[in-house]
Amino acid sequence: MRTPLTLRILRSTPRAGWIALAIFAAVAWICVPVAHAVLPEGHALHLSAYIVSLLGKILCYMVVAVAMDLIWGYAGILSLGHGLFFALGGYAFGMYLMRQIGRDGSYGADLPDFMVFLDWKELPWYWAGSDSFLWSLFLVVAAPGLVAFVFGWFAFRSRIKGVYFSIITQALTYAAMLLFFRNETGFGGNNGFTDFKRILGYAITSPGMRATLFALSAALLVATLVIGRYLVASRFGRVLAAIRDAESRVMFIGYNPLHYKLFVWTLSAVLCGLAGALYVPQVGIINPSEMSPATSIEIAVWVAVGGRGTLVGAVLGAGIVNLAKSWFTVSFPEYWPFFLGFLFIAVTLYLPDGVVGLWRRLGARRAVVPAAVEGVKPATGPCGEPAPAQSEFEPIAKGAQA
Amino acid sequence: MSGVMEWERNAVADEQRGNFSGNASGAHVVREGELDLSHNVILYLDDITVSFDGFRALNGLSLAIDAGELRCIIGPNGAGKTTMMDVITGKTRPDSGKAFFGQTIDLTRLTEPQIAHAGIGRKFQKPTVFEQHSAFENLELAMKADKRVRRTLFAQLFDDDRDRIAEVLVQIGLAHEADRPAGLLSHGQKQWLEIGMLLMQEPKLLLLDEPVAGMTDDETARTAELFVSLAGKHSLVVVEHDMAFVEALGGKVTVLCEGSVLAEGELAEVQDDPRVIEVYLGR
Repeated sequence: MRTPLTLRILRSTPRAGWIALAIFAAVAWICVPVAHAVLPEGHALHLSAYIVSLLGKILCYMVVAVAMDLIWGYAGILSLGHGLFFALGGYAFGMYLMRQIGRDGSYGADLPDFMVFLDWKELPWYWAGSDSFLWSLFLVVAAPGLVAFVFGWFAFRSRIKGVYFSIITQALTYAAMLLFFRNETGFGGNNGFTDFKRILGYAITSPGMRATLFALSAALLVATLVIGRYLVASRFGRVLAAIRDAESRVMFIGYNPLHYKLFVWTLSAVLCGLAGALYVPQVGIINPSEMSPATSIEIAVWVAVGGRGTLVGAVLGAGIVNLAKSWFTVSFPEYWPFFLGFLFIAVTLYLPDGVVGLWRRLGARRAVVPAAVEGVKPATGPCGEPAPAQSEFEPIAKGAQA
Repeated sequence: MSGVMEWERNAVADEQRGNFSGNASGAHVVREGELDLSHNVILYLDDITVSFDGFRALNGLSLAIDAGELRCIIGPNGAGKTTMMDVITGKTRPDSGKAFFGQTIDLTRLTEPQIAHAGIGRKFQKPTVFEQHSAFENLELAMKADKRVRRTLFAQLFDDDRDRIAEVLVQIGLAHEADRPAGLLSHGQKQWLEIGMLLMQEPKLLLLDEPVAGMTDDETARTAELFVSLAGKHSLVVVEHDMAFVEALGGKVTVLCEGSVLAEGELAEVQDDPRVIEVYLGR
């Protein structure tokens, strides 16, 4: 008997994980919007626009981190160019935002300001349809997806692996950055897009719009986690991990690793693109620096800090590093790069499994003491990540004893 | 399940552009691409020659394995044992000679995955299992199924599959280790697990290259029991140096030397053959 897909999705995340997701969703969809948009300014529980945008931005980063973990933690492919897909999604939606400015720009023209400045008379062909919300949503998915698919097809078919793959992705995002820096490329050169006014006619700075964007970011994160959990708990996920550990053996038992890698690689890029599209209206700017190699390396640092191959670790890592970043860049701006470098070295040396690994180690130590605090569920993170392979799914034992 | 069958049908069609023949002659219906054991021979090698830069690794090798047989291949280093396996699995193309799987499948025309799909499984010397996965999951991944992305995404374990995996776990003596990560198994257990992974693919013919290398005596004895129990349902070709193991298997023995068959028969007969003693056992 086939189990319905919904039931299997439900089972792919343990109960504790669903509870954590439900609490998160309640906070993100009810508490934060109410605290920002309904409570008046000056109220003790009012959340400022700055805080809501900052948290919304971090939610987008978390999505990117989970997407990164899917390919790095599970398929063993380290991409140092994921910022490109994030930026492509951002630019795709940014085009729409630019068109929504209408005649409210500094030049009061139909064309976006930077085009007027360049003395362009009409929109380049690839801007066609950019005033349509649906078309830009399509582009948000298609642009990063297509670039990832084509690049992945050639890279994986040529069996480029390990550090070589990482270097090529780095080169790819760098090349894209140089391309987008050029004014002639038609994406605003090094200033990128900014000065956004509206989405679907609603003011982008209104509390309602901010709260909506925040809630959508949270929804994207929840969806990413649920899809990710389903994937890694399915046979597909086990094939991915097998490719990571012994690729030739996987081929030998009849799987084609190319298709598996390509699927998860493209999915990961699309998720990054969606995150980028939600990021841009919340921070109010997109420029080629998002494609700089350092940005992409930072994504890998988030995942390493949180703990690879756990999904929830990626969420934690992105949260911890970015909160630290916002505090550092305000208090000691010049020391942030040093701190980031130190963090990466320290995590690599002392916490190879990241924060989640540390949590599990502490959990394991606690479990040794009999009758340890049971309710805290040792050895699993907030999303209920199974610690070792055996707890992945219980029917194993059932099948083995049959 | 229909998807799986459709896929298999396609795969067979890919291999052989399936056609039917034999009706006119009044003989049994033969479908190309399907294993035909009507003459009770599962593997037939005739006058196979393979040279590498002038060195003749196989020199007019002829060999026939019966369906359900357990055959041991022995011979000194460089006798061509591994090259023979390579020819059977499509890794090496012979310069001349015939290699048939059953009556109809010409192995010299198929690629490696096609040969694996047709029902020949090979175990290499060094065991490679997925160390992070449990023994159960290793078998699950190896299981005969539609292995394309779309199917694997929505694949699920049915009771039949679980029973099949449990059965193989018992066969390879790992029923109590089902949930252990394969990386924590002993060397011998890893070898068994890999044999189990082969069995999950339901091959008709198993090629096993030095399966007991590095095993303890006890493990070797249990492996021999396993192979003897597999014979009949599967055909096995075992390349091995360990004479005690060959003796325990008790099947027919073929001695290879310098790329061709030197002697064939029961182990005792072969051991008494003066030529064999000279080239191999006597040293």
